[in-house]
Amino acid sequence: MSDNPNNWPLWEVFIQSKRGLDHKHVGSLHAADAQMAIENARDVYTRRQEGQSIWVVPAEAISASQPDDAAMLFDPADDKTYRHPTFYTMPEGAKYI
Amino acid sequence: MLPEGNWISRAPSLKRKAILLAKVQDEAGHGLYLYSAAETLGTSREQTIDDLLSGKAKYSSIFNYPTLTWADIGAVGWLVDGAAIMNQVMLCRTSYGPYARAMVRICKEESFHQRQGYEIMAVLAKGTPGQKEMAQDALNRWWWPSLMMFGPTDANSPHSAESMKWKIKRQSNDELRQTFIDRTVQQAEVIGLTIPDPDLKWNEATQHYEWGTIDWAEFNNVVAGNGPCNKERLVARNKAHNDGAWVREAAMAHAAKKAERKAA
Repeated sequence: MSDNPNNWPLWEVFIQSKRGLDHKHVGSLHAADAQMAIENARDVYTRRQEGQSIWVVPAEAISASQPDDAAMLFDPADDKTYRHPTFYTMPEGAKYI
Repeated sequence: MLPEGNWISRAPSLKRKAILLAKVQDEAGHGLYLYSAAETLGTSREQTIDDLLSGKAKYSSIFNYPTLTWADIGAVGWLVDGAAIMNQVMLCRTSYGPYARAMVRICKEESFHQRQGYEIMAVLAKGTPGQKEMAQDALNRWWWPSLMMFGPTDANSPHSAESMKWKIKRQSNDELRQTFIDRTVQQAEVIGLTIPDPDLKWNEATQHYEWGTIDWAEFNNVVAGNGPCNKERLVARNKAHNDGAWVREAAMAHAAKKAERKAA
């Protein structure tokens, strides 16, 4: 990153397309502050009725897992098939289960 | 924003002006999506913009042609955006995620650009003889540069092999160019305009059109920076950037002041 103080910081943008649905990441943009980020996000990401609510988050506030850590983080879930409903054998003839 | 921005203030009706404004706004968004995708590779936005402004970074060569008449706005939408869509649809499946996701959004929006352009051409072609002539003239000038948008032939494309290997590109320049020509020739026939290529002919055996020779010397010349508007475009882009510097600075000062007040 440049240390030019006049460069606008980067914001990640999340849009909720309909009430009741989750806010989904759609992209990023640069803006001087949160209000401008929301206004710019309106212009960039909702020109065709894609949203009815916007979240913006300073990109530097996001911590991310590292791709190299994927095995360590996610392997433990691989051998726990008993966490899925299909693991269990249901008695013949039982209904609604 | 050029070349289309040239016609916003001179669009022939309020409807066309609103449409053109919407298209140009989309194009600004598309630029932003792509710069955001580039930023994920680790270069700062400032650096990428500086590379554009200094002439180090390339941009699509087609922007270096002028829009002389209103029909050019039609031809740009129909042919230039049409050719761009061929590339962009392929790039929705490119191997780099941020680039592919940007392309999905771009493709959703780009189809309107092509259709409004084709409609402009269709309306002009059905108008007075002068209007039809204007449409034909625009087609004559934009046809070959549009074909050049797909890049050099596969045999002469320096980056294709590597791009294909990494699955950045999924179809070759020549394949995409062929599909574009096959589709566009039919569209020209429908509105009664003539593709400016005396060698164009249908090949019954291959079920594709054959076409004449692209002027690769012109292509190389424009890529090298010597097209009709290369210098003008970069001057305009630099001027917009420099004229906007105080706004960017003021916005940061305003944001800092607001943050200070909030903290106090």
